[in-house]
Amino acid sequence: MASDMTSPILDALSASDAPILSSTAFPSTPSLNIKSALDRLASRDMVKYDTIDKEVVALTKEGDEIAANGSHEAKVFQAVVAAMDGLKIGDLPGIVGKDNAKLGQGNAFKRGWIKKDKDLLRATAESIVDETREQLLTVQKTNTLDDQKALTDLKRRKLVSIQKVITFQISKGPKFAREFVKEETDLTADMLVNGSWKSAHFKPYNFKAKGAPTPAGAFHPLNKVRQEFRNIFFEMGFEEMPTNRFVETGFWNFDALFVPQQHPARDLQDTFYISDPATADPPREDPPNDPHQLRSAQLTSSSTTTPEKPRDYQQYWDNVRQVHEEGKYGSIGYRYPWDPQESLRLVLRTHTTSVSTYVLHKLAANPRPARYFSIDRVFRNEAVDATHLAEFHQIEGVIADFGLTLGGLIGFMEVFFAKMGIHQLRFKPAYNPYTEPSMEIFGYHEGLAKWVEIGNSGMFRPEMLESMGIPKNMRVYGWGLSLERPTMIKYGVSNIRELLGHKVDLNFIETNPAVRLEKD
Amino acid sequence: MPTISVDKAALFKELGRDYTTEEFDELCFEFGIELDEDTTNSDRPIVDGKQEPPQLKIEIPANRYDLLCFEGISLMLNIFLGRKPLPNYRLTQPAQMEKIIVKENTMKIRPLVSGAVLRNITFTQAGYESFIALQDKLHQNLARQRTLVSIGTHDLDTIKGPFTYDALPPKDIKFVPLNQTKELDGEELMAFYEKDRHLGKFLHIIRDSPVYPVIHDANQTVCSLPPIINGDHSKISVNTKNVFIEITALDKTKVEIVNRILVSMFSQHVAEPFTVEPIQIVSDHNNETRVSPDMSPRTAQAEVSYINECCGLELGPAEVCELLKKMAYDAQPSASSPDMIDVFIPPTRADVLHQADIMEDVAIAYGFNNLPRSFPSKSGTVAQPLPINKLTDIVRMEAAMAGWSEVMPLILCSHDENFGWLNRKDDGNTAVKLSNPKTLEFQVVRTSLLPGLLKTIRENKHHSLPMKIFEVSDVAYKDLSLERKSRNERHFAAAWCGKTSGFEVVHGLLDRIMAMLKSAFITGEEGLENPAVSDSHYWIEELEEATYFPGHAAAVKLRIGGKVQTIGAFGILHPSVLENYELKYPVSTLEINIETFL
Repeated sequence: MASDMTSPILDALSASDAPILSSTAFPSTPSLNIKSALDRLASRDMVKYDTIDKEVVALTKEGDEIAANGSHEAKVFQAVVAAMDGLKIGDLPGIVGKDNAKLGQGNAFKRGWIKKDKDLLRATAESIVDETREQLLTVQKTNTLDDQKALTDLKRRKLVSIQKVITFQISKGPKFAREFVKEETDLTADMLVNGSWKSAHFKPYNFKAKGAPTPAGAFHPLNKVRQEFRNIFFEMGFEEMPTNRFVETGFWNFDALFVPQQHPARDLQDTFYISDPATADPPREDPPNDPHQLRSAQLTSSSTTTPEKPRDYQQYWDNVRQVHEEGKYGSIGYRYPWDPQESLRLVLRTHTTSVSTYVLHKLAANPRPARYFSIDRVFRNEAVDATHLAEFHQIEGVIADFGLTLGGLIGFMEVFFAKMGIHQLRFKPAYNPYTEPSMEIFGYHEGLAKWVEIGNSGMFRPEMLESMGIPKNMRVYGWGLSLERPTMIKYGVSNIRELLGHKVDLNFIETNPAVRLEKD
Repeated sequence: MPTISVDKAALFKELGRDYTTEEFDELCFEFGIELDEDTTNSDRPIVDGKQEPPQLKIEIPANRYDLLCFEGISLMLNIFLGRKPLPNYRLTQPAQMEKIIVKENTMKIRPLVSGAVLRNITFTQAGYESFIALQDKLHQNLARQRTLVSIGTHDLDTIKGPFTYDALPPKDIKFVPLNQTKELDGEELMAFYEKDRHLGKFLHIIRDSPVYPVIHDANQTVCSLPPIINGDHSKISVNTKNVFIEITALDKTKVEIVNRILVSMFSQHVAEPFTVEPIQIVSDHNNETRVSPDMSPRTAQAEVSYINECCGLELGPAEVCELLKKMAYDAQPSASSPDMIDVFIPPTRADVLHQADIMEDVAIAYGFNNLPRSFPSKSGTVAQPLPINKLTDIVRMEAAMAGWSEVMPLILCSHDENFGWLNRKDDGNTAVKLSNPKTLEFQVVRTSLLPGLLKTIRENKHHSLPMKIFEVSDVAYKDLSLERKSRNERHFAAAWCGKTSGFEVVHGLLDRIMAMLKSAFITGEEGLENPAVSDSHYWIEELEEATYFPGHAAAVKLRIGGKVQTIGAFGILHPSVLENYELKYPVSTLEINIETFL
């Protein structure tokens, strides 16, 4: 490094017992070069230094010239004296140069050194003192001038200027040494090859700064919470239901769940109805080779598999009609004329329970203990605001078994919610057209210091289950909660639009920490 | 769920003690109603110079019509607390029963009528207001905004039976409506109430019918024009002694439910509490001639073993019956079987349909939170992800590992966003369309993931470039071959937005995903097969589609299991698409159907 001043500085310091001044030791080295060397040395505690700022007077380029060769007027005077017998005015520029002639002639007149005699210039003084030059020489030597008036005059004539000069007072540091070894900023492959890493000095790492940002992809925070819930379900032996079906019929979404046709949930105000395609077919067997079928039946070991009864869809349809219209299975029913057309209207599913119903109907062909879950989008014809969107995710769980009790549902919920860090639960009687008993689940929120409703649960009604052919002694728990609500409570999001939809901030997605429900 | 307001002091007086807000909240919680608000410490409105006394706002489950008024809540809570016995609702036997004669013409518009008389009633101001408010609540909920059922109440001393229920041309119905002074006919009345904030919304129920339902008394005085308004002549007041109730309807079950709820609640205020005077309905043309209302309890049986099994309890029949008393049932062990109890369901409990409902009430009376808790771990089940979701997670993981950020836009979008703005045409056979959306934002179910990605980019203008986003989710298509006439399809889509087009970047993402799905790339020139993955290959072909910038789009072709199909496309979006979505920087997108890889 041509401008590396580290060695000269160390040399100068070792030659001196006292601190040195950069202006004396290295008068001609630019201060920037000195500073960078000092910083490197100081970072290793080899030197200490103080910075001294000073204002000095310095010659301009023109001032330098005058200090060396005399002022314009002095040059003119010399030329006139040299001509012995007067100098022709026209010849002056040729001898002293155009600039000197123009500026010097006037000043020499003013000082009374020469006079004009027709077209000749004649000297009027024997000898002169070139004050300007004298002053400039003083400045050059001392960087100052005591005569303030003269200094101002020189400044006006742009022969001198005021400059800021930085001087460093340098002394030895605690780790002073004669030799400065170059610092390496990084360990490189070359160093490994040539072995220089063994002797190299490494620049200390800045432990106060962040590292280089790492390029990263990200999952959506809501999907991260979803994954936590899926894991909880998997840990507890649940099979995922085929909820990849947004469009449902009134039958599967409502009637089969024993929701009467005049129920407010079926209002245009609450449910999205489909105008195109117009109307559904009555329930029937799925097309063969549907890749979205449940796999659990295939997993059951062959020795325990009982052959499935053929499903009679017409019977199911008739059962549903009867249980609404006249009552069946020990129920008096709702006793209203059931309209098949209403059942064939297409809707966007208002809950994933339509799929649970479909899955339970499949189960009825071979009733056996089963646990199902789903987490997927549902649709409500809601006016959009901070807590409502026309779409959200429903988390749903279903357990079918013989001899299930209400206390078992409560006990299950305690384990389920404990897995997401909620340990205090209580249960409120509630109403839901397709579960009886129905319980709202409240969890105690430590942060908010209050009970918060966290889900709904119940046992599906016999009217719904027995219509499918589920035996009377098999009972089925169902529970549900939204994915968004616990996420909003956990992470303090107050506006659902900041969590789902296109208005979500990408930076939020990219910087949201990993979700650990049991810890957060 | 309906919410009702009750006077706090009056309710606590009825319940015989004061409750703190927490205590009352706890009582509600156990009983299955929800205290929404106690207004004691809030700014309460000042009515007629007096500040409203503190109110309790209580949410009532949608099936408990018997709790929709002060009378019902106080009675049922008192029974629950064991402070009051079950009411013995019963009919009186009047010397001469009031009669409603139904004309066959009503079959054209509103064929059913029911009714009752509350004789010798004494209203307090609060009781009178509660009577009116309950009718409103019933109209809103069970009666579905008066479409199914509507109630008219009259001062019986101003009118004279027998009454007729008929349906007449609007011009022929003339009367002074409630709280008005001018006589109007049916047509004028429709015009008069057209803009009415309260009644306007009910006019549609009969407006276009050639005949309107009407109830006259023996002197041809119009009592009411159901389901819109009563006549002024017979209006009731706090001083009314004898109330004539008529209820018209389309629904046979609900008309009687409404009748029983209304009269049972307010029979508390008649001279001999809980008695109701029945009326005779003469309606031979539709076999609806009967005496109404029926206040006898419905008898049902419940199995003690079923109740115990469901609740996880071991109660004897007598214990079950005791618990049921708290829930306003009369019940006793049955003579027919030691496992049976006979349950007498009061006329107020229309929500009880099955022994499951009785079982729930046993559990509530016992206390949900007192039930023995267990863990249902008898049966082993096998956890299993849905195959398409498992595949989805693989693609999501790979895309995120490749440095792309996942977004979750909405599934519903506008027709323009799905078609026009992408320079796509709607052939009418593709998209599922909504009939009743509240905003134009939601008109169709998306058939492509692109609109959501592009809107996400539009809303994230503050984000540094490039933006690299993806989504793996469902679109839906019309499919008339299926029961539900539509099907979902799982797509993977990604969008790059930067200062340059990013065409090769989305292409590279495609290559990466395909490699991770064990699909080998083949070019037209090489045509080489990779034996290691010989079952699945893909290649791309130049695509001309208006969505994309000409010459900078490709169709993604896949041969899998010997079958060739086009699974999607990628390309630089056409500048006009960018303009439609208000995007200032070039965007390249990729969208493929991943179901093939199942």
